[in-house]
Amino acid sequence: MGLRKPPLYDAHEDAGAHFTEFGGWDMPVEYDSIKAEHAAVRESVGIFDVSHMSEIEVSGPDATALMQRLTTNDVAALEPGDSQYSAIVNDEGVIIDDTVVYRLPDRDNRVYLFIPNAGHDEEMYDRWASFRDEWDLDATVEDVTEDWAMFAVQGPDALDTVSEAAPDASLGDLSKFQATFADVAGIECWVARTGYTGEDGFEILCPWGDAETVWSALDATPCGLGSRDTLRLEMGYLLSGQDFDPENEPRTPYEAGIGFVVKLDTEFVGRDALEQQHEAGVDETFVGFTLLDRGVPRHGYDIATEDGEVIGVVTSGTMSPTLSEPIGLGYVPVEYADDGTEVHVLVRGREKRAEIVTPPFINQ
Amino acid sequence: MFEIPDDRKYLESHEWTTTEGDTVRIGISDFAQDELGDVVFVELPTEGDELDAGDEFGVVESIKAVSDLYAPISGTVTAVNEALFDAPELVNDDPYGDGWMFEMEPSDTDEFDDLLSPEEYREQTE
Repeated sequence: MGLRKPPLYDAHEDAGAHFTEFGGWDMPVEYDSIKAEHAAVRESVGIFDVSHMSEIEVSGPDATALMQRLTTNDVAALEPGDSQYSAIVNDEGVIIDDTVVYRLPDRDNRVYLFIPNAGHDEEMYDRWASFRDEWDLDATVEDVTEDWAMFAVQGPDALDTVSEAAPDASLGDLSKFQATFADVAGIECWVARTGYTGEDGFEILCPWGDAETVWSALDATPCGLGSRDTLRLEMGYLLSGQDFDPENEPRTPYEAGIGFVVKLDTEFVGRDALEQQHEAGVDETFVGFTLLDRGVPRHGYDIATEDGEVIGVVTSGTMSPTLSEPIGLGYVPVEYADDGTEVHVLVRGREKRAEIVTPPFINQ
Repeated sequence: MFEIPDDRKYLESHEWTTTEGDTVRIGISDFAQDELGDVVFVELPTEGDELDAGDEFGVVESIKAVSDLYAPISGTVTAVNEALFDAPELVNDDPYGDGWMFEMEPSDTDEFDDLLSPEEYREQTE
């Protein structure tokens, strides 16, 4: 099967984008320079086409019950227009996916929209539909991934940029994780003050067929997934399939440092396993580190003690464009997780000194 | 179009060589730096190292990729471009000039015959 393409694929190609496969989609990885795109987001404003992200809509009388039982956060706490970061775990409490759950305004009988990672739409649709049937809940589940294009406008100037294209909306009134329907370039879009870069910004979902109108109206530096990765890495945010993966990197929210999305006073698949781990504590935990020696840490490199004993693995790493320092993320036993602990990272087999640092790596 | 100067020879793996007197200078091509994107790290041999043609002599890393570098010919390393340790972006900015990587004294000049001409390299990158 060929790769899926975002609606603006040709426009990205015309703009000189280099493409990469991501979750089964052929997406822009950079236009001209990852460093320049990264700097645009930190210093002014950039726009990402993230139409490869999945979208699932859940509605009906039992929508809340279904969402509550399949996500770890407390969905019932959401007012219309609110959203929350959450995890989807299996019976063992292992993260299958992380997601943002939006509670839609009370209209058109729509209730929730949640955003699984790229390429997870079918799996999540099947999971929701099969549990709905098993629990005999009255809820409608729809995979609307290819109904919506999605753009992320991120950076200190994001509010001005989006407001210019949406003059009738009071987007400055939205606090972080709030969302609303608003006209952007005359097209009704779902506009949320969310993002995955550490900067202020908005994620905009617009009808697939109107993608070009909305994209063209947002005056920001086009950015690819390369800079999205360096930006999220500087913040210590998780990347699905790399920092957690049910097959290759099975991790619970407590191990992955997102225990704050687990609400044990709600009932959900995996709750009992997570309650046990919450009481017992974790053996390994997610940490950041900086390399003290020259080199670049990469996914898959071993982390070792100063005596050479391998204790963990690098799940993500890069040369931080903001700091011009090599930074990375990975899992180590908790006794090595304190800030300032010195470890070694095996960069192509060579020991490089590294120091544990709690992310974010940059001051916010 | 990528710049492929006529005054040097190339490898299929995108390194270039120029000859000045007894020394050969080595770097990577415009095409290679563009494929890599922002170069953030370069690992080079040290002065005095003996290399055989085809040996891995170092690594160039961009934000998105790691690429091994191969010696075009055999010989002894006589100089390395230490400016790249602090400013690896020179490889992007000026791959045939300030972004050069190291110099060597060749031990077998016949090996130059195995390298690609500019025309042959141009065909490869098209």
